[in-house]
Amino acid sequence: MASTSRILALGAAGAVLVAVAACAPQDDPAPATTASAAAASCTKDSLRTRTPGKLTVATDEPAYEPWFKDNKPDNGEGFEAAVAYAVAEQLGYARGDVAWTRVKFDAAIAPGPKSFDFDINQFSITEERKRAVDFSAPYYQVRQTVIALKSSKIVGRTSLADLRDAKLGAQVGTTSYRAITEVIKPTVQPQVYNSNDDAKKALQNGQLDGLVVDLPTAFYITGAELTDATIVGQVPQVGTPEAFGLLLDKGSPLTACVSDAVGKLADAGTLRQLEQKWLAQAAGAAELT
Amino acid sequence: MTLAPHIPSEAQRRRAAYRRRQTVSSVLVAAASTAALGTLLVVAVTGAPGWDRVRESFLDPAIARDALPAVLSGLWLNLRLLVCCAVGALLLGLLVAILRTLRGPVFFPVRALAAGYTYTFRGLPLIIVLYVLTLGVPGLRLQGMPSVLVLGGFALVLTYGGYLAEVFRAGIESVHPSQLAAARSLGLTYRQTMRHVVLPQAVRRVAPPLLNDVVALQKDVGLVSLAGPIDAVRVAQIATAETFNYTPYILAGALFVLLAIPLIAVTDWVTLRSARRQGGGR
Repeated sequence: MASTSRILALGAAGAVLVAVAACAPQDDPAPATTASAAAASCTKDSLRTRTPGKLTVATDEPAYEPWFKDNKPDNGEGFEAAVAYAVAEQLGYARGDVAWTRVKFDAAIAPGPKSFDFDINQFSITEERKRAVDFSAPYYQVRQTVIALKSSKIVGRTSLADLRDAKLGAQVGTTSYRAITEVIKPTVQPQVYNSNDDAKKALQNGQLDGLVVDLPTAFYITGAELTDATIVGQVPQVGTPEAFGLLLDKGSPLTACVSDAVGKLADAGTLRQLEQKWLAQAAGAAELT
Repeated sequence: MTLAPHIPSEAQRRRAAYRRRQTVSSVLVAAASTAALGTLLVVAVTGAPGWDRVRESFLDPAIARDALPAVLSGLWLNLRLLVCCAVGALLLGLLVAILRTLRGPVFFPVRALAAGYTYTFRGLPLIIVLYVLTLGVPGLRLQGMPSVLVLGGFALVLTYGGYLAEVFRAGIESVHPSQLAAARSLGLTYRQTMRHVVLPQAVRRVAPPLLNDVVALQKDVGLVSLAGPIDAVRVAQIATAETFNYTPYILAGALFVLLAIPLIAVTDWVTLRSARRQGGGR
């Protein structure tokens, strides 16, 4: 004979389970996305810039190489300075019509009024940021880059085939790791790290022949963090790379025209030439083939 | 003179029948309650509004199939590390426990050192030991620096050696002093007493907790992956990053459980056997 208390306990347990099943959370609907595009006539006279007849372009202070040279955007040297002037020219502005201003990176991507027509500062185009600001078409697709200590055996190698025997490392779950496994395909198992900091430490210790990071990071690491490291070369494009876009105010009347100008420069091969000139040659990030 | 066949009494037959009925009814009740609980759980999980989404992102057979070879190759690393580290940690733990139980004032510094070691490495988070040994020590750029795997294994041995030393020490101290006295009065030296009388009893007594620590070690060897080597969980992480699907983690988890089952079964069997022995049976 089962006792009353046991029946009660079983009943209670059943009731709890039923309650858990019944109180399951309701499904949340996914947010809907909206997209809008406006076509406008893109001439200097019809563009509603902040100062009529002038184009106000912003970047960060200080502006680093290889994107700008000597922290002087108006000399037109460095990749992003050159792109900004090329876009201005495409829109019909002479060099003298371009005025530069300085805006902090974080301030630029925050919602709110903007003191520029467009900002060029290595902004990756992301869905989250698109909710607060507008982006032009991408003017640069981030390339993965191999860096190494100057004492490493792989310094000076110029082809992917030369890197087959190298012990390479990357951060887990990144395009950098895929660049190793899908493009370079070394015979030595690559090393994977939780963060670029761990990977940099291993590179510094000489536990790695080379480390793969994206190009902007590579410039930062070799320029500021590990001064005894150098760029070996850029790896061909892999996966869906991050893309940099010009940043504009949310709903800016210029977005369509600026985007269009960037697209035309890309189609004409101008952007590719600037990339070659300022990143591969001037900054020493040769392209591995 | 032939023996009459044994005929159980009426009372004995009633007793046996009652026991049979009891067994059958308890099996039936157990089956029914398990079925009820299982049904409720299945209904609760699969009836949830997001169940389809969860099933897609955590239980996708196609993705599991694709990830299996890579996860297995990562698991091979875990297995090799586990065997080496378990042996190393058991030996180190035993050595430290023997040092901690040495008698006599002359051995005080040895005892203090051994005690300091167990205090330090049981208190230190394993991740920090791993970082220091795998990314810190190579920075010294010494000649003949071993590979990251060896250094990581050393970090695991140091940490788990501390836990195992305390288990061994508990075993040694649980052997009754009369055993020691008897052995010494028979003329055995201290070393012979430890070797033939104390340690065999001590190790047998603490076999279950020792094996338990080895099972825990099995899950922790994968942490070596923070220094670069790719273990099963790391493979799953990489696959997840590529597919935005968590099935490889579930797959790796299932394989880890499968790997642990033999160890756990051995632990249970050893426990049961020692319990029987202690119970006075053969």
